[in-house]
Amino acid sequence: MSSKPRIVITGLGLTAPNGNSLGEFRANLLAGKARIAVIDVRHMGKHPAGVCDFDATKWQKRKEIRNGTRVGSISIYCSREALGDSGLEWDKVDKSRVGVYLGITEHGNVETENEIHNISQFGNDTKYWTHHHNPRTVANNPAGEVTMNMGITGPHYTIGAACAAGNAGLIQAAQMLQLGEVDVAFAGGVSESIHTFGIFAGFKNQGALGAHEDPTKASRPFDKNRNGIVISEGGAIYVLERLDDALARGARIIAEIAGWCINSDATDAVLPNPERQTECVRMALQRAGMKPQDIQIVSTHATATALGDIQECTALRTVFTDCPDTKINNTKSFIGHCMGAAGALELAGNLPSFEDNWVHPTINIEELDPECAMPGLVINQPVKVAKVEAILNNSFGMLGINSALIVKKYGVA
Amino acid sequence: MTKDDIKQVVLDIIADIAPDEDLTAVKPEVRLRDQLSLDSMDFLDIVMELRKKHGIEVPEADYVQLASLDSCANYLLPKFEAKGK
Repeated sequence: MSSKPRIVITGLGLTAPNGNSLGEFRANLLAGKARIAVIDVRHMGKHPAGVCDFDATKWQKRKEIRNGTRVGSISIYCSREALGDSGLEWDKVDKSRVGVYLGITEHGNVETENEIHNISQFGNDTKYWTHHHNPRTVANNPAGEVTMNMGITGPHYTIGAACAAGNAGLIQAAQMLQLGEVDVAFAGGVSESIHTFGIFAGFKNQGALGAHEDPTKASRPFDKNRNGIVISEGGAIYVLERLDDALARGARIIAEIAGWCINSDATDAVLPNPERQTECVRMALQRAGMKPQDIQIVSTHATATALGDIQECTALRTVFTDCPDTKINNTKSFIGHCMGAAGALELAGNLPSFEDNWVHPTINIEELDPECAMPGLVINQPVKVAKVEAILNNSFGMLGINSALIVKKYGVA
Repeated sequence: MTKDDIKQVVLDIIADIAPDEDLTAVKPEVRLRDQLSLDSMDFLDIVMELRKKHGIEVPEADYVQLASLDSCANYLLPKFEAKGK
């Protein structure tokens, strides 16, 4: 990628179940604080879930909130916070040169379920079906809500990439910046999935829905007694720019996008394929011009399913042999699986490591599954390392989509 | 049900669908669109809420009758009376 423009991160806004800013999120990751609630899921009763408590009215009128979607509010909050973090003088930015690229696992299920429930109260008469249904459920909804709220007239769309979507949004933005399609991109991943019972029921009937009497311990990747996914909502949206543009305006550069890969298993709808994951990680390293030893932190995708965690560990053990300085962690153990936001949030939680050299752990491991044992796995307590210059962020999803994104500390060769 | 009651019904619906609006000084004779920030989707919301909450149907050809609180009251009164309200 050396002949293409270099892409950097200059802003970040997020909402996670345990934090509505990077500072709060990071502090809780280093302090080992998970935050998982118990919610009443329609038709299914109580289940653990990651719930965000950001103030939507900070950036939206109440009517906007009412007419839009939950994920639209998450997207607007994260984008506005990212803009503030970037230091961009918004009044002077050409809005036709700004793009919005948001990764989503799914979209429209929440509103469709709500309306099916709504008309069931009226004898299933479709004249009671809301006229807001279509603008709420079109697949570009979250990105489109951002453009309307912020007056952005450049391109916007979502990238449907299952649970690899957070990385995919960032990759799409980097590509569009390299192509010169836009000058500024708001990109990342978002999810409102806790508001649809279908995703809970689907995972439960697949034997992959996490449970524990203490909800904060329900998400426990790599633990021998893990029993599935904790579904969460959330969002993380970044401001991306070409390096030259960022330098010209004197921006604070948070990190540089170093390399990436998205590939496909082409084997099974739900079961991951460690060979393809291995190829994905290796290709990202090759494109970044790096060796495995150049990575100090691997942010795993592991969701706490019985097989998925083992498959990812198999892939990582294959790539990261003889890498004594590579640490491996997992953020879902704190916040559950934020679906479309997962990859983007998990990357965000690790970015401060470039400055403080701390690596947050994976928590909730009472008994490490021997099949998930890896040198470098940071268990239950954060560790301080000599340096962090490159982070590999894994994010995988159904239908066999794999994504690996590498970011590096700016200024490192 | 009086015309004033019907005006309050409409105002209560607007309070739900346009929660940012100040409804304390809405002039009944002035078009709602001229004094509140309401768009066509909002008027469809008013139609939907009349249907859901009160069983009142407003055909598309009659949407113009919902222009002001006064016109709402004049148009909706016989419909509420027909419902025995």
